[in-house]
Amino acid sequence: MTDVENDKSRIPPDPTEEAGGEPGTGRPDGAGGVGEYVRRYAGRVRGGDMGSLPAFAGLVVLVILFSLLQPTFRGLYNFGNMLTEGSGPVLLAMGLVFVLLLGEIDLSAGFTGGVCAAVMVRLMVGYNMPWPVTIGAALVTGVLIGLLIGWLRAKVRIPSFVVTLAFFLAFQGVALYIVDNGPGAHGDVRITDSVVLAFENSQMPIWAGWVLAAVVILGYATLKVMGQRARLRQGLTGEPTPVLALKVAVLAVASVAFVWFLSQNRSINTKPILTNVNGTIKLVQPPAVEGVPWVVLVLVFFFVLWTFVLSRTRYGRHVYAVGGNEEAARRAGIAVDRVRISVFVLGSLMAAVGGIMIGSNVAAVSVQNYSGNTLLLAVGAAVIGGTSLFGGKGRMIDAIIGGAVVEVIQNGMSNLVQGTNGSSVQYMVTGIVLLLAAAIDALSRRRAGVTGLG
Amino acid sequence: MPDGAEDQPILELRGINKSFGPVDVLKGVDFSVWPGKVTALVGDNGAGKSTMVKCISGTYAIDSGDYLFEGQPVHVHSPRDASALGIEIVYQDLALCDNLDIVQNMFLGRERVSGVVLDESSMEQSAGETLKSLSVRTVSSVRQRVSSLSGGQRQTVAIAKAVLWNSRVVILDEPTAALGVAQTAQVLALVRRLADRGLAVVLISHNMLDVLEVADHIAVLYLGEMAAQVARADVNQQQLVELITTGHLAGDRAAAVTKGPSA
Repeated sequence: MTDVENDKSRIPPDPTEEAGGEPGTGRPDGAGGVGEYVRRYAGRVRGGDMGSLPAFAGLVVLVILFSLLQPTFRGLYNFGNMLTEGSGPVLLAMGLVFVLLLGEIDLSAGFTGGVCAAVMVRLMVGYNMPWPVTIGAALVTGVLIGLLIGWLRAKVRIPSFVVTLAFFLAFQGVALYIVDNGPGAHGDVRITDSVVLAFENSQMPIWAGWVLAAVVILGYATLKVMGQRARLRQGLTGEPTPVLALKVAVLAVASVAFVWFLSQNRSINTKPILTNVNGTIKLVQPPAVEGVPWVVLVLVFFFVLWTFVLSRTRYGRHVYAVGGNEEAARRAGIAVDRVRISVFVLGSLMAAVGGIMIGSNVAAVSVQNYSGNTLLLAVGAAVIGGTSLFGGKGRMIDAIIGGAVVEVIQNGMSNLVQGTNGSSVQYMVTGIVLLLAAAIDALSRRRAGVTGLG
Repeated sequence: MPDGAEDQPILELRGINKSFGPVDVLKGVDFSVWPGKVTALVGDNGAGKSTMVKCISGTYAIDSGDYLFEGQPVHVHSPRDASALGIEIVYQDLALCDNLDIVQNMFLGRERVSGVVLDESSMEQSAGETLKSLSVRTVSSVRQRVSSLSGGQRQTVAIAKAVLWNSRVVILDEPTAALGVAQTAQVLALVRRLADRGLAVVLISHNMLDVLEVADHIAVLYLGEMAAQVARADVNQQQLVELITTGHLAGDRAAAVTKGPSA
C-alpha cells in the first residue's frame, strides 16, 4: 500500500500537519471513508501534486546509502551534528518559502543573514550589549533590509532577481565592513555571549526534550480533534477517523524516537581521558553530550508559527492567492503590493535568524560562512522540499525536509569523499540534486496542466 | 416579473460619456438593468462594452452622465463602491486562483475569521449552500482545487462567488466564450436561475444564440452609442445582427426599437 506510506511520509517532522497543508489539501470532504481518502490522495499525487513526497523518498534513500557506505555517518554524534549544522540553512529556507510562494527570489538572503549576524556580534564584542539587545538588533536589521528589498520590488518594480543580486554583492561588502571595523575584534569575530553560543552548542535537559515532544504531540492531537469536532458540528464531513488517528500516531512515534535518540550520550569520546584537574593529572570521563539541542526549539517555534500563519490566517491565504493569480488577488481587494513587501520582510527576518544560528554553530561570525553557497543551499532546501519556483505552491515543511536532504548530502559526501576533491564533489552533487528538484517542479507543473490537477 | 417592476430599474445609466484623451469611447449612453431579468449587452469589438462595464464597476470614472442605483444617483469611484452597492462582475478571465480550492476562491479577499484564525468550516458550509442553491451539481467537492475543474465548472464557481455576497446585480463578461456545447448550456441555465432568484443579470456576449436564448432585454452598443435597448421578444436574430453591425434597423422595423441612438 504505497498510498498509506505516502501518507505517513508527510507526517513525521510536522506537528501541525493539518495546518501545514497547502490550503485545503489535507482535508478531504464530500465523502468519508479511508478508501475515499486514499483514492483522493493518490489522485493528487498522480496529478503532479506531490508536495514533499519526492524529497522524503530521496531523504530515505540518501540516509540508507550513506549509512551503508559510511559507518561514521550513522552515528548518533553525526545525527546531532547534522541537526545543528543544518538548522541555519533550514531557517533561511523557511523565509525563502514565503518569497518563493510569490514566485519571487531572494538571492541576498545569505548575506542578509551575514549582515544581521555581524550587527549582532559587533554590538556584542564592541559594545558589550546583552544578548536580547544584540539579537533584537539583528532581527530589526533583517526586517529593515526586507522592507528595502520589498519596496524596490513592489513599488519601484525592479525584478527581484536583479534587486537581490545587487544586494548579494552589496551586503557582502556591508558584512565585511562591519566585521572589519568598529570596536572589538575584527575579521573572524568570535561570539562571546553564552546564550547565543548555546543555541547550537548546548542541549536542553533530557526532561525538557520530553516535555517538548509531549507538547508537540498533544498540541497536534488537540488541534486535530477540535478541528474535526467543529467540522462535524457544522454538518461537514471530517477526515476519516482512522486516518486522523494514524497521523497522530506517526507523529507521536517520530517525536518520541527523535527525542530518545538525542537523549543518548552521543559524545565520540567515550573513553576516560587524562586531564589536568586542579593541578593534578587525572583520568576523567569526558562530558556527556546528550539532550535535544536548543536550536531545535527555535526550529519548532518558527515552523509552527509560519505553518499557522500560512494555512490558518487571512494573510497566509492572501500569500497563496497572490502567488497563484496576482490579478485575481487584486480584484478580490487584496493589497498585492503590501503582501509582496511582507514576504521579503519575513524572508529577511528569517535570514537574520538563520544568520545568527550559523554564527552560533561555528562560534564566530566571518563573512565566508554566509557566501553564495549558504544561499543556494537554502533555496535548494525549499525547492527540493517541494516549494515551486513558479509561485503559489509550497509549505513550511518543505524547508525542513529539503533542508534535511541538503544537509545529508553535505555531511555524507564530506565524509565519503575525503581529500582535496571533497568539496568539489559536494558542490556538484548538491547542484545536481537542486536541478533534479527544479525539474520535478517544472514537470509536475506541466503534468498538472495536462491532467487538470495541480 | 410584472410590468410594474420594470418601471424601476435597479441600475440605470443616463447619458454616460467617457473618453480617453481625444477618443470618445462612450457617447451619451443610456442603459437600464432590472431585477429578475437578464439584460444582454452586445456589440461588435470596440463598441465600448468593456469600457461601459468598467464604468459600472468603478474601475473607470465616468466623465459625465448619471449613475442611478435603485433610482438614486450614486457615485461609484472604485470597485469597492460597486461591491458595496451589490454589483459584482465576473470577468472573462475568471480571476480565480488555480492553486486554491473552490471555497478559498469564493471567499477570497473576504475570508471569515474567528479571532485571527480562518473560519474554514463556516466558509465551507456557506460555499456549499450557495452552490446548492444555484443547483450546481457538477462539482463533487467544494474542497477541490480550481485547477482540477473544467471550464464550465470554473465559470460556475466564478458566478457562485459573485452570488455569495448577496449581490443585486451580476455582470457576466463573456461567460460562455471558451466553453463547449454542454457546458454552455449549463452556464446559461445558471444565468437564468440567477435572474429567477431576483438578481439583475447583465450578460455580455458575442454569441447571438446565447443572447437570444437567455436574455429578457438586449442592449446593443454601436461605436460608443446605445443603438437600441429592446425586449427580447421584439427582435429576431437577423435584426440583432443588423443592429450590431450597422447600429440601426432598416425601414419599418425601427418601430420595434424602444430607444433610438442617443444624439
